[in-house]
Amino acid sequence: MKKKAALKRTKKPAAKTKPAKRSSAGASDVWNLRLYIAGQTPKSLTAFANLKKLCEEHLKGKYTIDVIDLLQNPQLAKGDQILAIPTLVRKLPVPIRKIIGDLSNTERVLVGLDLIVST
Amino acid sequence: MARKKTGMVLSGHGLKKAATGIQGLDEITGGGLPRERPTLICGSAGSGKTLLAMEFLVRGARQYNEPGVFVAFEENAEELSKNVASLGFDLNDLARKKKLIIDYVYIERSEIEETGEYDLEGLFIRLDHAIRSIGAKRVVLDTIEALFSGLPNQNILRAELRRLFRWLKDKGVTAMITAESGNGTLTRHGLEEYVADCVIILDHRITDQISTRRMRILKYRGSVHGTNEYPFLIDESGISVMPITSVSLDHPASTEMIATGIPRLDAMLGGKGFYRGSSMLISGTAGTGKTSIAMHLADATCRRGEKCLYLASEESKNQVIRNGRSIGIDLEKWTKKGLLRFHSSRPTFYGLEMHLVSIHKIVNEMSPAVVVFDPISNLTAVGSGAEVQNMLMRLLDFLKFRCITSLCTSLTSGSGPIELTEVGISSIMDTWILLRDNEYGGERTRVMYILKSRGMAHSNQVREFVITSKGIDLVDVYVGAGTVYTGAARVVQELKENAEAVARSQDTGRLQKELDRNRLIMDAKITELRAEFESREEELKNAIRQQEAKEKVLAADRGIIAKTRKADVRK
Repeated sequence: MKKKAALKRTKKPAAKTKPAKRSSAGASDVWNLRLYIAGQTPKSLTAFANLKKLCEEHLKGKYTIDVIDLLQNPQLAKGDQILAIPTLVRKLPVPIRKIIGDLSNTERVLVGLDLIVST
Repeated sequence: MARKKTGMVLSGHGLKKAATGIQGLDEITGGGLPRERPTLICGSAGSGKTLLAMEFLVRGARQYNEPGVFVAFEENAEELSKNVASLGFDLNDLARKKKLIIDYVYIERSEIEETGEYDLEGLFIRLDHAIRSIGAKRVVLDTIEALFSGLPNQNILRAELRRLFRWLKDKGVTAMITAESGNGTLTRHGLEEYVADCVIILDHRITDQISTRRMRILKYRGSVHGTNEYPFLIDESGISVMPITSVSLDHPASTEMIATGIPRLDAMLGGKGFYRGSSMLISGTAGTGKTSIAMHLADATCRRGEKCLYLASEESKNQVIRNGRSIGIDLEKWTKKGLLRFHSSRPTFYGLEMHLVSIHKIVNEMSPAVVVFDPISNLTAVGSGAEVQNMLMRLLDFLKFRCITSLCTSLTSGSGPIELTEVGISSIMDTWILLRDNEYGGERTRVMYILKSRGMAHSNQVREFVITSKGIDLVDVYVGAGTVYTGAARVVQELKENAEAVARSQDTGRLQKELDRNRLIMDAKITELRAEFESREEELKNAIRQQEAKEKVLAADRGIIAKTRKADVRK
């Protein structure tokens, strides 16, 4: 219950802050991340926790995370061509990148997000 | 009918089947694919997997009211609709009517970074969403193997595929999964391991530069199925499969007779022609008039208002029509009326099986009363004797089963024995008419005779026939004593006999005249005798009268003398 609440809380501010950040800042300054999950599975929770930690470390203050639960919005799976769960999609900065798995391999995630080069 | 509507077939042990609606496939599977179970379709590139799967969905949606979901891993919806538009499948229309959903799943390895544990729940959710949104009963995954190149972790993938097929069964959808066949294995990634209920193999083989598509049901758990390789055809109306094993000898036998179009040939066959639904073979050497007889039959069929299919493997439609005109047969008017249909194709155009499939298809379409195959002998160009024999036997059985009368012509090479067809099918023919050239006295004449005709009191006379501008006509039987003459020899013989007859009749006249003359002579003589007698009679009568007068005179004289001499009369 506690973790579920945490997920929801993160989603709400993200949705509010998104438009403002996109318009004001350059691509590299805004990190729009989208995490697709299917229910509160251990893998999903692990992935969210890993993502949160990683963003706090590397992208503090300039990222938003949208968590999309496909069990509630199955039609959204088509748009981003989601097959694997969990999938993290980097919507901004372009180009779009996809990272699948529970994000436990931090180094691979950083490579996937192009963060290793930038940091 | 009820079966057709729901597309559901119950076989003996209660295994439910989903009819595909694809011509022939439901026959060889005994009613369709296993309902609510996945079926694996494997084959090499270009073997028709996607098309088969698409037709399964489209026919399901159209004929059986079972909406379908097509999960495409290789082509997007737009490409797919374009590809099958030529087959008359309007995918966009079906999509608008909520009968079909095409979900294009795009996966590109270079865009994906793998970090830790995951599953394919996303795919399940997408599929589930699509199934729910239209109440789909059928699902196609084309080609799910694309996942193997898109996702690096094979262990996860395999576990997920196993779960997927299980899930599809639980969902109660009839699924079709296509897969590329691998090198020596059924599928490149061993999908057959997961889909075990029904496996169909598609094959596109080239023998002697002629390609034939074939289909084989490798396994069908819980159901009887045809085990052969069945040829199939992809054309403008989709896939048609031709079941081979329909060769059973229980076709109906009609007692109705139909005319051949040559009245005197009908007379030879026992009066009225040959049986409806029987098979007739016309064999002969080149130029003996086989095609002409075939055209007569086609003409006679259409004249009765029945449909005729003319399979020409040597000549084009126009050529047959033109040649028909030269012997007074107008086939064009029948084609315009839609009673006669030509199907001209070179035997080498495609394999034997494909010929068979295409003939099946046309026969099913137009259901003719008579099928003319002219000639069958050059099918040997595409197959060995045994293959051709096999194919023709299946064709004839198929036609007989439908009570369709068939006429095949066969060219006999000049050298071999004449009572032998090139393709050795005479034994399966009911009626066999042999045409032959007789060369005698510097001319060739055409003769025909009935070698056999099952169940008919046929003539066993060798008959001469001529091809005139009014068609084929059998010449009168030569009924003179001695051997049978044909052509000029017959004419000569007839003239000779005529001369002899004239001579004989002249002889009789002479005798008659002599008799008449004798009678005249006799009559003349009688008249002469009578005249002679009459003149003599007159003469004698005169003499008698003179004598009597003289006697009277003498008596008178004596009285006078007595008076004078005063002679007394003794008292």
